[in-house]
Amino acid sequence: MIDAVGNPQSLLLLGGTSEIALATAQRYATRRPLRVILAARPSPRCDAAAERLVRIGATVMTLPFDAADTASHAATIEKAFADGDVDVTLVAFGLLGDQEKAWTDHRSAVELAQVNYVGAVSVGVLLADALRRQGHGALVALSSVAAERSRRANFVYGSTKAGLDAFYTGLTEALRPSGVKVSVIRPGFVHTKMTAGMKAAPLSVTPDQVAEVIVDAVANGREQSWAPGAMRYVMSALRHLPRPIFRRLPI
Amino acid sequence: MAEIVVRSLSGWGRTAPSSARVLVDPTVEDIQRAVREPGSRGVIARGLGRSYGDPAQNAGGLVIDMTGYNRIHSLDADSGLAVVDAGISLDALMRAALPFGLWVPVLPGTRQVTIGGAIAADIHGKNHHSAGSFGNHVRSLELVTADGSVVTLTPDDELFWATVGGMGLTGIIVRATIALTHVESAYFVVDTDRTGDLDELMVLLTDGSDDRYDYSAAWFDAISTGPKLGRAVLTRGSLAKRDELPPKLRDAPLAFDAPQLLTAPNAFPNGLANRAIFGALSEAWYRKAPKCRRGEVQNLTNFYHPLDMVGQWNRAYGSRGFLQYQFVVPLGAQDSFHHIVSDIARSGHVSFLNVLKRFGEASQAPLSFPQPGWTITVDFPIRRGLAEFCDRLDEQVLDAGGRLYLAKESRTSASTVARMYPRIDEWRKIRAAADPDGIFASDLSRRLEL
Repeated sequence: MIDAVGNPQSLLLLGGTSEIALATAQRYATRRPLRVILAARPSPRCDAAAERLVRIGATVMTLPFDAADTASHAATIEKAFADGDVDVTLVAFGLLGDQEKAWTDHRSAVELAQVNYVGAVSVGVLLADALRRQGHGALVALSSVAAERSRRANFVYGSTKAGLDAFYTGLTEALRPSGVKVSVIRPGFVHTKMTAGMKAAPLSVTPDQVAEVIVDAVANGREQSWAPGAMRYVMSALRHLPRPIFRRLPI
Repeated sequence: MAEIVVRSLSGWGRTAPSSARVLVDPTVEDIQRAVREPGSRGVIARGLGRSYGDPAQNAGGLVIDMTGYNRIHSLDADSGLAVVDAGISLDALMRAALPFGLWVPVLPGTRQVTIGGAIAADIHGKNHHSAGSFGNHVRSLELVTADGSVVTLTPDDELFWATVGGMGLTGIIVRATIALTHVESAYFVVDTDRTGDLDELMVLLTDGSDDRYDYSAAWFDAISTGPKLGRAVLTRGSLAKRDELPPKLRDAPLAFDAPQLLTAPNAFPNGLANRAIFGALSEAWYRKAPKCRRGEVQNLTNFYHPLDMVGQWNRAYGSRGFLQYQFVVPLGAQDSFHHIVSDIARSGHVSFLNVLKRFGEASQAPLSFPQPGWTITVDFPIRRGLAEFCDRLDEQVLDAGGRLYLAKESRTSASTVARMYPRIDEWRKIRAAADPDGIFASDLSRRLEL
């Protein structure tokens, strides 16, 4: 159960090696005993992540999970809920890809769409069902500010996140009567391995700062959150800029 | 007709709602049937929803709404025994019993609680030091147990005492026999003392004067620090004998009129419960009290239940809700107690509806909350930093040998509760024997691993 001030007892990370996901687990684990289900592609990185969480006192179970293999998702989610209630579920997997390759190379484009959008919808439907039966819980989806307005520099990635964002925003409404809270999180530029070597955009954040926003969203039932919070107003302005001006911005 | 509806339920603090199937207007047979087919997520009873946290919620499972099950079967004016259904409110029982000169022996801060809830939380009132908790006045109760049968329990049964304070986790209480108290009037003769600080209050509560009153509790200022720390308004009284009343009340000494003047709308923004507003309210509340007044005749609403005049007052805390923190520490732990009050005042978390009381003897129920000592109740609006602050308070309460009240609890950890209730394993054993499959379950039982 999630308590009155937002402490959960269990956490499911889909994309369990994501730095944001791990930072979130870390934040929760320091407050209360935490059971973590780490769903990720089996790899030394996954093992290391599990070890790190065990070291700070969490109970960790790992599950093999491939975001692109939607046929396997039902069984994975079932296993994740087999040992008891899951209070917070975090959809944290995603690829950034190489933008120029992504819109010119067919396979790259399809892969991005498969993982970021189709995979997210696939687990979203299954999580919604499991949480509804449970009668409580939080579903957190990592979207991106790139979902809010597509730009030349990363529109393939942006389009997949836009799809995810629309799906989970709608799911927020659909699950409202069921006691399940959905939160869509829109980080700006996050310093992670995925963005290593890239030039940081203004208002960039660390994975831990995004984790803080996630914890806050769950505790306060926020359905949309930006990381950092100020990004909300920046994006609101950018969304309304006429295209000829938007196109010339150095972003 | 019994029916099942899906509802989102929360406690009085309006935090952590969850969704459940709710069985409304059941008969005992409906309840038995529901318990025999509990589904995978179990069953719990719910009364009027005045617990602050989650004991009357059962996410994804079945909740039995007991409020329609509310008849009085008998009321014996001589013996004072009342046989009632578990869903009746203390308010309704009181209104029915008063004309016979009978009084509900234990009243909490609101009369809007059911008999079943009063037993399950083993509630206490301002007269705990003279009358004990609610379970002390229950002569027998009927419980629908995990196998779907109805058993009658008396204080000779260990399951009786596991049910008293057992937060509904031993079964569904359907009927109880309560020993009411004989009274001559429904009015109190009240003495008021305003104290300049906490120490002055503690002296009044320990100099033996408290024993002259059946009822005693203080409101205290939980915001002012320094020399005003813990300044308080102590009101103490006993039920008036007929000849203690002024002449105009003597004709109808048992008359009881408790109007609900208004219902708070569900339109309060978050953040009204701030330092400026609560600080001003505390100042006004303190100043409006007389420095010292003796022998004032007050009715139940004046003396005891001012909040019952406003329906749904919990909405004033906005959509984020609030939590109530109530703990008790042993009488000897005065220093820790002082420290905790000081920490609350300096925390930046503001509370206005604060109660301080000295408890009397503990009940024999393993999970009963009161123990001889100092209890404090404060209401905090949910905001950033509250989680960590309450965790720190938990540690101080634990170190002082104290505990939290499960009827108010909404955020502590399972291990903390286990350390606070040293007889919890004894209770678990009785419960495991009565309900081996854990049919009775609530959000509270899942959260605190009860």
